Amino acid sequence: MGKPTGFMEVARAENPYRDEAARLRDFEDLHIAQPTDARQAQASRCMNCGVPFCQSDFGCPLHNLIPEWNDLLYRGKEREALERLLQTAPFPEFTGRVCPALCEKACNLENAGSFAYGKAVPGKAGDGDGSNQGFEARHLALTNRDNELYLIETGFEKGWIQPRVPRRRTGKRVAVVGSGPAGLACADLLNRIGHAVTVIERADRAGGLLMYGIPNMKLPKRVVQRRFRLMEAEGVRFLLNAEADVSIMGEYDAVALCGGAKKPRALNVPGTFAVDYLTAATRAVLSGGEPTISAKGRHVVVVGGGDTGNDCVGTALRQGCASVIQLEMMPAPPVERTAGNPWPEWPRTLRTDYGQLEAIHRQDSDPRIYETTVKRLLPGAVETVKLNGFDPIPGTERVLPCDLLLVAAGFVGCEESTAATFGVERNKRGYMMPDDGSHHLRANLFSAGDMRTGQSLVVRALADGRAAAMEIDEYLRGDAQ
Amino acid sequence: MVDQQYPLYHPELEHESCGVGAIVDLSGRATHRTVDQALTIVERLAHRAGSDALGTTGDGVGIMTRLPHEFFAAWAREEGISLGKPGDYGVGMFFLPEDEVGVQNICRIFDQLAVSEGLPVLGWRDVPCHPAQLGAGARRTMPRIRQCFLKCPADVAPGADFDRKLYILRRVFEKQDTDTHICSLSSRTIVYKGMMLVSQLRSFYDDLQDVRYISQMAMVHSRFSTNTFPSWSKAHPQRMLLHNGEINTIRGNHDRMKAREETMRSTLMGESMRRVLPVVDPDGSDSQMLDNTLEFLAMNGFPLPLAGMILLPEPWQGEKDKKPWHDLYRYYATMMEPWDGPAAILYSDGDSVCASLDRNGLRPLRCALTDDKRLILSSEAGVLFEENAHIRRRWKLKGGAVLMADLKTGELLESDDLKSHFAAEHPYGEWVRQIVRLDDLPKTPINDRVDDVKTLCKAFGYAYEDVQDVILPMAETGQEPIVSMGADEPLAALSKAHPPLYDYFKQRFAQVTNPPIDALREECKTDCSIYIGDDGNLLSHDPDNCTVLELPSPVMTEGELQRIRSIDHPAFKVREISLLFPVKTRLRQAMRDFFAGCDAACSGGANILILSDRGVDAEHLAIPSLLAVSALEQHLIHIKKRTKVSVILESGEPRDTHQLSMLIAYGARAVCPYLAHAIIRESLSGEAIDNYDKALTAGVLKIASKMGVSTLQAYQSAQLFEAVGLDGQFIDQYFTNTPCSLGGKGLHDVEADSRYHHDQAYMNPLQTGLTSVGRHKLRTGQGAEEHLYSPKVIHLLQQAVWTNDRAKFDEYARLVEHDGSRTIRASLDFNFGVCNPVPIDEVEPVEQIVRRFRTGAMSYGSISREAHECMAKAMNRLGGRSNSGEGGELPERFGTELNSAIKQVASGRFGLTRDYLLSAKEIQIKMAQGAKPGEGGHLPGAKVTDSVAKTRCSTPGISLISPPPHHDIYSIEDLAELIYDLQCANEDAKITVKLVSSTGVGTIASGVAKAGAGGILISGGEGGTGAAPMSSVHHAGLPWEIGLAETHQVLCRNRLRQTVTLETDGKLMSGHDVAVALLLGAEEFGFATAPLIAMGCRMMRVCQLGTCPFGVATQNPELRKRFIGKPEYVERFMVFVAQQLREIMAKLGARTVNELVGRSDLLKMKDGAPIDLSALIGFARNTHVQPESRHDFRLHERMDVRLVQDHVQLTTTDRAFGTLLKGERHIQAQGCGGQSFGAFLPKGQSIALYGVANDYLGKGLSGGTLSICPPADAQWNPGDTLIGNVALYGATSGYAFIAGMAGERFAVRNSGAWAVVEGVGDHGCEYMTGGRVAVLGPVGDNFGAGMSGGIAWVLDEDSTLNRRINSGLVKVHEVTREQAIELKKLLEMHMKQTGSVKAKEILEDFEAWLPRFKAVISDEYLGYLKEAKQHG
Repeated sequence: MGKPTGFMEVARAENPYRDEAARLRDFEDLHIAQPTDARQAQASRCMNCGVPFCQSDFGCPLHNLIPEWNDLLYRGKEREALERLLQTAPFPEFTGRVCPALCEKACNLENAGSFAYGKAVPGKAGDGDGSNQGFEARHLALTNRDNELYLIETGFEKGWIQPRVPRRRTGKRVAVVGSGPAGLACADLLNRIGHAVTVIERADRAGGLLMYGIPNMKLPKRVVQRRFRLMEAEGVRFLLNAEADVSIMGEYDAVALCGGAKKPRALNVPGTFAVDYLTAATRAVLSGGEPTISAKGRHVVVVGGGDTGNDCVGTALRQGCASVIQLEMMPAPPVERTAGNPWPEWPRTLRTDYGQLEAIHRQDSDPRIYETTVKRLLPGAVETVKLNGFDPIPGTERVLPCDLLLVAAGFVGCEESTAATFGVERNKRGYMMPDDGSHHLRANLFSAGDMRTGQSLVVRALADGRAAAMEIDEYLRGDAQ
Repeated sequence: MVDQQYPLYHPELEHESCGVGAIVDLSGRATHRTVDQALTIVERLAHRAGSDALGTTGDGVGIMTRLPHEFFAAWAREEGISLGKPGDYGVGMFFLPEDEVGVQNICRIFDQLAVSEGLPVLGWRDVPCHPAQLGAGARRTMPRIRQCFLKCPADVAPGADFDRKLYILRRVFEKQDTDTHICSLSSRTIVYKGMMLVSQLRSFYDDLQDVRYISQMAMVHSRFSTNTFPSWSKAHPQRMLLHNGEINTIRGNHDRMKAREETMRSTLMGESMRRVLPVVDPDGSDSQMLDNTLEFLAMNGFPLPLAGMILLPEPWQGEKDKKPWHDLYRYYATMMEPWDGPAAILYSDGDSVCASLDRNGLRPLRCALTDDKRLILSSEAGVLFEENAHIRRRWKLKGGAVLMADLKTGELLESDDLKSHFAAEHPYGEWVRQIVRLDDLPKTPINDRVDDVKTLCKAFGYAYEDVQDVILPMAETGQEPIVSMGADEPLAALSKAHPPLYDYFKQRFAQVTNPPIDALREECKTDCSIYIGDDGNLLSHDPDNCTVLELPSPVMTEGELQRIRSIDHPAFKVREISLLFPVKTRLRQAMRDFFAGCDAACSGGANILILSDRGVDAEHLAIPSLLAVSALEQHLIHIKKRTKVSVILESGEPRDTHQLSMLIAYGARAVCPYLAHAIIRESLSGEAIDNYDKALTAGVLKIASKMGVSTLQAYQSAQLFEAVGLDGQFIDQYFTNTPCSLGGKGLHDVEADSRYHHDQAYMNPLQTGLTSVGRHKLRTGQGAEEHLYSPKVIHLLQQAVWTNDRAKFDEYARLVEHDGSRTIRASLDFNFGVCNPVPIDEVEPVEQIVRRFRTGAMSYGSISREAHECMAKAMNRLGGRSNSGEGGELPERFGTELNSAIKQVASGRFGLTRDYLLSAKEIQIKMAQGAKPGEGGHLPGAKVTDSVAKTRCSTPGISLISPPPHHDIYSIEDLAELIYDLQCANEDAKITVKLVSSTGVGTIASGVAKAGAGGILISGGEGGTGAAPMSSVHHAGLPWEIGLAETHQVLCRNRLRQTVTLETDGKLMSGHDVAVALLLGAEEFGFATAPLIAMGCRMMRVCQLGTCPFGVATQNPELRKRFIGKPEYVERFMVFVAQQLREIMAKLGARTVNELVGRSDLLKMKDGAPIDLSALIGFARNTHVQPESRHDFRLHERMDVRLVQDHVQLTTTDRAFGTLLKGERHIQAQGCGGQSFGAFLPKGQSIALYGVANDYLGKGLSGGTLSICPPADAQWNPGDTLIGNVALYGATSGYAFIAGMAGERFAVRNSGAWAVVEGVGDHGCEYMTGGRVAVLGPVGDNFGAGMSGGIAWVLDEDSTLNRRINSGLVKVHEVTREQAIELKKLLEMHMKQTGSVKAKEILEDFEAWLPRFKAVISDEYLGYLKEAKQHG
């Protein structure tokens, strides 16, 4: 381990955000990357735990070898560190930007002696996104996500990342339907094993949610395209603007369905689905024109308090909305962990993300309204009502100006069309998961990612895509014998 | 041979130890008095002998004398037999099977054999004896005892030649009849012995009481065996020797002696030599094997002392001054490895009596010469105190010394003279020039390139951590990595992570029956040289014998190997044998091809085989290196080429110290780990390879030393490992004679694992890095090893006890029990089917059960005060017991809720004061600890805070070293002594002994029970210690299940089980675990890691760094603030476990814990368990401790209890004299102080002894004053030895004044006593951390080794002190003014107390003498003194 006493000497420092005023003027990257010495100092804080919760099931779904590459990073062996990172992480440039970093929530430093039963010791607020407010700074987790990002970006910058073309081809052909995180991860691993992989993507650009779901300031699209080009150079074929049908099962030795969980949860009132809104916004950023749906000058109400909702807030503000409000059905989460939510579980605590911080900056108040939902649509406004659990509380109605109602209330299943096309029966929750919990649907047909598990994190989709790839490979090898 | 009834009992692992003595009349008189006095000696060594639980059957006692001619002649006259003159006949002492017909038959067969050998039998005599007085056990097994008289033929010279004929006759007979034991068959000596108490020998044999029975010499021996079934034949003396100690390397010695039979040619015996083979009886004890070999050498004309020198060489390699006899040692070293281990042997052929001591001087042998020329040798001085007034000179033998009393000339020849004498017999100096040294060979260009290191690493199964955490750190620091918190990964046989074959083997280690060696601090006694080439003919004196290649270490670089490869010397023919085989070939076939290749090479005259696995690629696999080496060794033994051929291994597979040591111990002479070197070369410098090789060599030596072996030559082929979970047939074929407790995997599985790694390297298309297997620090993900303490387990356990949630605890327990794949206990289930459940409310309550629970021994110092006190509080509230660990305890905790009920006594004896002992309900002697059995410890100065220093009675900032052995326990009778001493120090405490699970621990436990212990703890080999070398943590010691089951079985077998409580610990985690332990025989249960986790520990495994972020294992005040533990958490854990146990008990139909102890019939193997556990559960005996069966020490009979006056006469049987004195007392004593004189004497008490004292004087001195001066009526020489070995061990305060020489290890681990002595043996002031010692005479070697604190003033009259000290920590300084004042005061006290002549002389002109005094001080302590001075 790098420095046994590092955690006692160095405080956590995340990559800071650009100043709100500046960043609201564009859709460019939110973060300011930190220099090498700062990253090394951060890496020195890793305690090289005997039982590293960070890379266990509590932490990183990819089981990234966090203590190992942090140690190498601390010792200035950046290239080896990157190699160690890439042992398990397919696309650190994505996770390094968008991952909520389960590893950091499960980091022993997050918790070391600072509380029992999830009780926090009051102290200085953490830097950055403020998600860790309320804990003494030096007790905070290691900055794995920022370190990971540093390593991969340094790799690209220094030319260490070169196409890795497999030594031998197996002669097997695999089609991956969908190019979101799961599809890309699945394709990448299968290709590296030596199978000939074709990714079939409905949209005009590859990346799925990575391309059109996550706004540019959070995940710059050049980063997604850089990976897409790299994979092409490594031999993955991308068919864009293409629709997959059941005939590919005959054309390919195996087919992986990675179409995501795109069926949004609808409200009782009509509204614009958040993903459609965000897609339009990103298209506009990439093509330079005006978005087909714009918040400019409009009063925006976002229904849903999750990441997508926050992205909508940030995007609307950048488009120059008149105002933005975010409605959340659930009560405001506590600032600190509760007894029922101890470390190293995912903390169900109040997080104030970049969009909300920007809204506070612009509007002088938190855009979030809790335990509230839309009751009905009025011209240029919505009527909201407070909730007691799921029941509206009569007499709590309130009218808010609203020209654009964005629905970011989550997803309820994968698209019926894909299921129908491939003749797959979806499970009770609406996903394509075989009863045995595997990825193997039938014959040579597999599924992975949100399409199989339901809506989840990018990092989980990556892990699931890789797991599917291993299963497909095993299937193909069995097939060969 | 497996005893069906006791499947885990291993007769070959029995141990013994003893008291020895001899009297030799050098004036030439043969008297009955000599015999009588020898018997008196052995009677006064009664406390060094053993007996069964009832105390009626002894372990064995015996005497060897010259043939009492007058006595036999008188008998012969009556019988009408003519014996002739002395020397004209020989006498055989026979133990015959007790059956009249058989006896007649055997005698007839012997008669016929004798005639055919040309030795007519004159007659037989039934030896009169009195069986009635023997114990039942001895009577049951008593043989018919007869003597046979044979005539010396006319054509044979009497004496040695005749005895050689008798020897051949005996060997020929023994090979035909294995039921008869011939105690002796000689024309010069005879042995009377038997399985009896020492007091019974005299009265059992009428002969010995007959005044006509006269002898010029007599040697006696009392035996203490680890079982209660000692055999008549194993009693000593053997044919030529008697032995106190243990040969640790016996396996290798035996095998090589066997192999040597092929190369030995006897000029004296000629072709008859073939008929005596095998030289060594493979079923004999270590002493018997040593005796066989010594006898064989003697029969081949080796003078006795020379034979002794060859077998027990002095540590000549490490000696600073070259002696004339070193070349002789070097000559024989090329042919005979040392028989290593503690040994005081007395041996005789009837014409001379010799004595030898092992290289380390680990057994006491005190010598005295009377003014009428009688030599008295004995384990203890003063045994014949009646002779006090007649003793002209008293001394002791030192390590590696020999002594010979020549009965013919009356000469007494001492070590240096004897050695010089033999050294001058041949031009050894010239001869040894034949030895080729590696450095002499010309350098040749080498190719050390390794292509594609990463792929090869995968092919050889390297994990990422092997490179990052083992190889590179060793290359950077030159030391093996230190880790903490033990091992919680599965046994190799239960692992799914494809472990290397090496992982199936565990290192054996010394506990109780022999001491581990401190290879670091006592480096001067160690030797890493290795010899390669033909072994030569030991029996001829021929310069060609030593035409061998000498290597300084068994670890080789590529360059060194290349030198050997291209050697150009007529005596060496090198052949290279590839270990590769094509992927399509099966391993079994590859082994056959490999043997064929080796055979061909040998037939071609090759005598050096280099086995190499270079060239592994996609098409070629390598035979696993360990398998290749060991299988070849067994093959060579089989085809009788073992001594002709030396095997060198060049392999990519071995990488750590465990693996290297296994290769050496299974037959490789040297190893070149080329892949590890290549890894280092890639990332570090060339020097780093040297560092790495040094670390490996030191590691191998350390692993050898934990078994008490100090030379790698002796370690070679000694097979000091045991296997777990390997198939019996596989072991027999390739690892012959290696103990293996549980069956399991075989060649097929070994091959499968090899192929798995090969596939990973060459078939896996993903060009990834090495897999992080996480065998020590946990890793999650593909290829990772499973651990007991997984993140989920830790989380659930903490949540369960923090929130008092039993449901969560059950969830945790289910996870631990898992699917039965990770531990032995989890592979076992309960046989509920055969039980009638009882209602749970009828089962004894939780409050009762938790009284059987203990927390593990964790010292204050290794863990924080908060954590230490938290556990004590919890256990006191529950009525269980917490354990202080070895670091002492702050006195203010005594008698409060914070007092630890168990006080530990470990080798460091830190803070071991009288009050500490008195505060204990239980005193636990730690013989070994699970994480690093056989090793000491080192607490760096930085961790010794003011408070820790106060607790440990040491100095803040001064590092503390725990020696590997207890320096007062080198063998079982020593442990008995310490138990006795501690019982005297605290009459009410239960004395328990902590052992670590290993094969044979049951026999050791039996010895411990016989030694009087009240309880025995069998600790699992996993250990949780705060700092231990990586290889020890994972590769030494067995899981507790095996050791516990064996111990219960063997104690039952020996009818000792009811005398002790049996406790176990080692990652016990749930009610299931405890229930399994209970059914396997435990009745008390210890927990260590689990309570730590309950208090907030998260298995950071950084205890050794002191940076525990949870405030558990740290002294850092900031980090300690983070400690969140509460006693309730620990209590809840214990209660939950007890609740679960209670529920299982109800289902098993048991109302009390007692009725389940040892009921292994209620256990069954879970389906699909990959290893065979039937040996564990095939024994069901419900025996538990019975308080009335406890050992009775009869303390009320002791002298110091009865003492009314302040004057007393003492003998050797008055052990630990003074320890039971009450109140303020000042005693004047005469005579001879037994062992542990004045042990733990507190302030306010003093004892002055006018006489001699023995080992362990002033042990644990706690403020009292001891003074020893020569007996008033004795003649006295200034150089005489007055006290024994290991005085003032662990003394914390007080004074000791000794007006004479002391033995070895004076003031070892002294932390506060002030002492004056007039000369010391080797290793003086070893590990001392405080106090003052003034030495007014000579000092032995290795003075001040590991001495981190305190001051020793030495009167360096011949200016040799600089060469005598061990400069590892200390330097020689001038005595400062301040010190001079202290010194003078101390000398004045010495003179006042003892009347010392020397002190008087010095004090008369102190200023003139002062410059001749030198101060020996460590740098650390010097710094402390300076600082203390500055701060006033």
